[in-house]
Amino acid sequence: MTATTFGWLVLLCPLVGMMIIALGHKVLPGTVPGWIATAAIALSFGCAIVMLVALLGRTPGHRQLTSSLWDYASSVGVDAKLQILVDPLSVFMVLVVSGVSTLIHLYSISYMKSDRGYTRYFAYLNYFVFSMLLLVLAGNFVLLIVGWAFVGAASYMLISFWYRRTTATRAGIKAFVINVVGDVGLVLGTFFIFTHTGTLDLLHTFAAAPHVFHRDSTDLVVGCLLLLVGAFAKSAQVPLHTWLPDAMEGPTPVSSLIHAATMVTAGVYLIARMHPLFELAPTAADVGAVGGCLTLLIAGTIGLAVTDLKRVIAYSTMSQIGYMIMGVSAGAYSAALFHLMTHAFFKALLFMAAGSLIGAMAGSQSLDRMSGFRRALPFTFACFVVGGLALSGVPPFSGFFSKDEILAYLNHRGGGFEIMGIAGYVGALLTGLYTFRMIFRAFLGDPCPEAKALEEGHIAHADHPVNPLTGEPEDTDVGFPGPEHRIAEREWPMKAAMGMLALLAVVGGALQIPGVDDAITRFLDPTFAGSRLAASEPSTTAAWVGLVIGAAIAVAGIAIAYRVWVLAPGTAAVVRQRLAPLYQLFVNKWYFDELIDYAIVRPVQWLGQMGETVLDRTLVSEVITGGTVSVVGAVSAAVRRAQTGFLRYYVALMLLGISGVVIYFLVSAGG
Amino acid sequence: MSAVLFFIAAIGAITGAIGVVMLRNQFYSVLALVCHLVSLAALFLLLRAEFVAAAQVIVYAGAVMVLYVFVAAYIGGNEEVPTRSGLRVLGPLLALALAIELCVAMLGTALKGISGKGAPYLPGFGTPQHIGRLFLTKYLLPFELASLLLLVAAVGAIVLARRRRGLEPDEELEARYHPRMPTWIGSMAEAGGITHYDEPPAAPAETETDTESTPEGAPIGSQN
Amino acid sequence: MAIGWYLVVSAMIFAIGAAGVLVRRSPLVILLCLELMLNAANLALVAFSRMWGSEDGQVFALIVMVVAACEVTVGLGLLVAMYRRRLPIDVDDLRELQG
Repeated sequence: MTATTFGWLVLLCPLVGMMIIALGHKVLPGTVPGWIATAAIALSFGCAIVMLVALLGRTPGHRQLTSSLWDYASSVGVDAKLQILVDPLSVFMVLVVSGVSTLIHLYSISYMKSDRGYTRYFAYLNYFVFSMLLLVLAGNFVLLIVGWAFVGAASYMLISFWYRRTTATRAGIKAFVINVVGDVGLVLGTFFIFTHTGTLDLLHTFAAAPHVFHRDSTDLVVGCLLLLVGAFAKSAQVPLHTWLPDAMEGPTPVSSLIHAATMVTAGVYLIARMHPLFELAPTAADVGAVGGCLTLLIAGTIGLAVTDLKRVIAYSTMSQIGYMIMGVSAGAYSAALFHLMTHAFFKALLFMAAGSLIGAMAGSQSLDRMSGFRRALPFTFACFVVGGLALSGVPPFSGFFSKDEILAYLNHRGGGFEIMGIAGYVGALLTGLYTFRMIFRAFLGDPCPEAKALEEGHIAHADHPVNPLTGEPEDTDVGFPGPEHRIAEREWPMKAAMGMLALLAVVGGALQIPGVDDAITRFLDPTFAGSRLAASEPSTTAAWVGLVIGAAIAVAGIAIAYRVWVLAPGTAAVVRQRLAPLYQLFVNKWYFDELIDYAIVRPVQWLGQMGETVLDRTLVSEVITGGTVSVVGAVSAAVRRAQTGFLRYYVALMLLGISGVVIYFLVSAGG
Repeated sequence: MSAVLFFIAAIGAITGAIGVVMLRNQFYSVLALVCHLVSLAALFLLLRAEFVAAAQVIVYAGAVMVLYVFVAAYIGGNEEVPTRSGLRVLGPLLALALAIELCVAMLGTALKGISGKGAPYLPGFGTPQHIGRLFLTKYLLPFELASLLLLVAAVGAIVLARRRRGLEPDEELEARYHPRMPTWIGSMAEAGGITHYDEPPAAPAETETDTESTPEGAPIGSQN
Repeated sequence: MAIGWYLVVSAMIFAIGAAGVLVRRSPLVILLCLELMLNAANLALVAFSRMWGSEDGQVFALIVMVVAACEVTVGLGLLVAMYRRRLPIDVDDLRELQG
């Protein structure tokens, strides 16, 4: 069996899992749906491993395979097939997605246990994994767009999973609308490129691109910019990022899977996959890099100010994805994808640990209320620390190697990219700051009441469940979170998943240490073979210099955080007062929500209202419909006056008619 | 000679016609028509249509007019109110225009041979033998259909004019024909939306009318 | 006499009959005027029959007479029925088919 067969199997497993769970939801008892879902994804991961082995068994020049099951349309110049592309990049993404998904499914088995939507959750989650795998395995633009749309739909379904919560449904709609903007960009970008290359197949497009487009041709730049719109919407980059913090309304495993490890990386994958086009349109690539750079800085600053635990981690995700987008736009493909992988590990780990902490807090997510959980939640604390160190980029954790390699490449590329590299180091400082702000506030210090209760062995229980964002009371019925909360220390599936991820976060860096080995680069080489940007790499010395600087900055960040939040606890309040306007800017998320509200939402609402009152009610109903009706009525009333009922009147009309006919014949006969 | 006879007969016919139209008493109108018919029979004779002339006198002036006389006597020669002014002027004008037009049509157009005297006379033209032969050979179908028509008319007349079931008092007849429902129910006026009309004075407003009128009573032309 | 004269007479009688239908209000007289118009048509038919020398016109005229007789029968029957029901014998008052 070839690599592509296993490619199809990779797609099939989560689909079948979803079908079984969805169709059998009435008969599957207890936690069985969770185990079925996990098994399906684990099977998918297994097939991915086999796919990897099969691919490695081939010579490096022959590692881009396509397989097509069905021809949707192959006429009128359109060749749309049900086609997957198995090449190192897609296998890499499949491994990351399915591997992390398996662990998250495992985690969810116990995390969502008391939720009444348990089965629905796993069906949605499997559907999501299927869509994401479809996206990364797509061999032509059609399936890519299909996977893209499916992933957006799954994200919507999972964000508004607790559908009776107004905040959750609103967040879901917001995410979906911004995703649709991205979808439009993606489809339009595809059209721009398709009109010139004439093919929808990815490999053929890349082969044809250098012949059809010349460097920086307008159409290609516009097409790539539109693709960037899609990538930015999906990966929550400025200015299409406002949906990601609100998406934290979904259950924590959902945040961990979709909004940390997999879906938001789809934009990075898109740019990496379309690298031949982006390299032919450097303008678009530069725009992408600038966007990523801006995002990582903005998100970092906001992360310093917000107090909701999950939102801090969400902004951290946004910032790290900014690094990745900056990396792939600048040409550091393998470094950025390596960072994607390690980020998936430690971000998923951080979210899982956050889920455990939120469980201990009986659903509350506010950092202001958490403190001193170190003794009550030792395992969770350890996971947080491991994840935080990896995120900040402290050696020898994986994040250190991946993030700083991107920055080293940027510095190597020179010119404007060096400025972006420096911005990246500033971002690394911010990362260390906000990550350890979160950890120190939550775990060090005097234990809060929930922590004290937990040390004595009782998990805090909310008598009156409230919405953690608005505080409004809700209940634990269907459409709301269940009544019980789980912590990692007590549930072995959660412990197992977190442990696995922690291990990966620690040792994952070993895959690509500059000067020692470059497994990722070599593996991804066939995909990026034609790229001149990827061909030029920083020398080992330059790379190590960059890494050392990065490490120093990370440690400095952690040290500052320690001083501000542990050694001298009042410092934060003082800084906040002194830099009050800056603090306001950060806490209000740089006013992006308000900006979009004024610039887009209100005009659209006004347009809709005008459409309803002026166009629909007045023009259509009164003028056109009502007008027609009254005209017909008036005409028929006028005509009706001829029906007088007088017999002689009718006779007169008859005689008139007869005379008219006679006159006609008279005249026409030439009289 | 024939010209003189023609003019006498023509003037008689036209005078009779004018008399029908203008005499106020209906009975006199009927008599004027009789005069007109006899003049017309004379004209037919001048045109060598002997059988038609005889039939005209016997059937038309003899039978149909007798019928008219009977009915006029039954109904009574009530004085008639003159018409509304509009049609009173317009009617004759229209008729005048029609007459002129027809004359123009017949005399001025390409109807050749009208100025001639007509075809040469064949002996037996217009005799009952010839007409009878035509009826029974060429025009057999119209002949039979005409007899059928006569039957239908006779039956119809009897049905229309008979009394119902013996000697009923007319009050019951009234109740049957005016069943306490306004006469405009089901009329075109009602369909057109006119809902207030001549109410029969003795009929109080009944609920039965509402059940009839609601489904059809929705006036058209209202906004939806 | 030339056939044209007969046709002129026929036209005039027809016009007078039409005027009568338009002007008079009594149904009886209207029926009489209807008779006038039918007779005018008869005259025209017989005139043409003499012109062409074939008796077809006369046969037609006889049939017209039959039809007129039937129509008179039914019409007078209606008139009698109206009188019996105490309806007004006046075409202007019988206007139920209005609208």
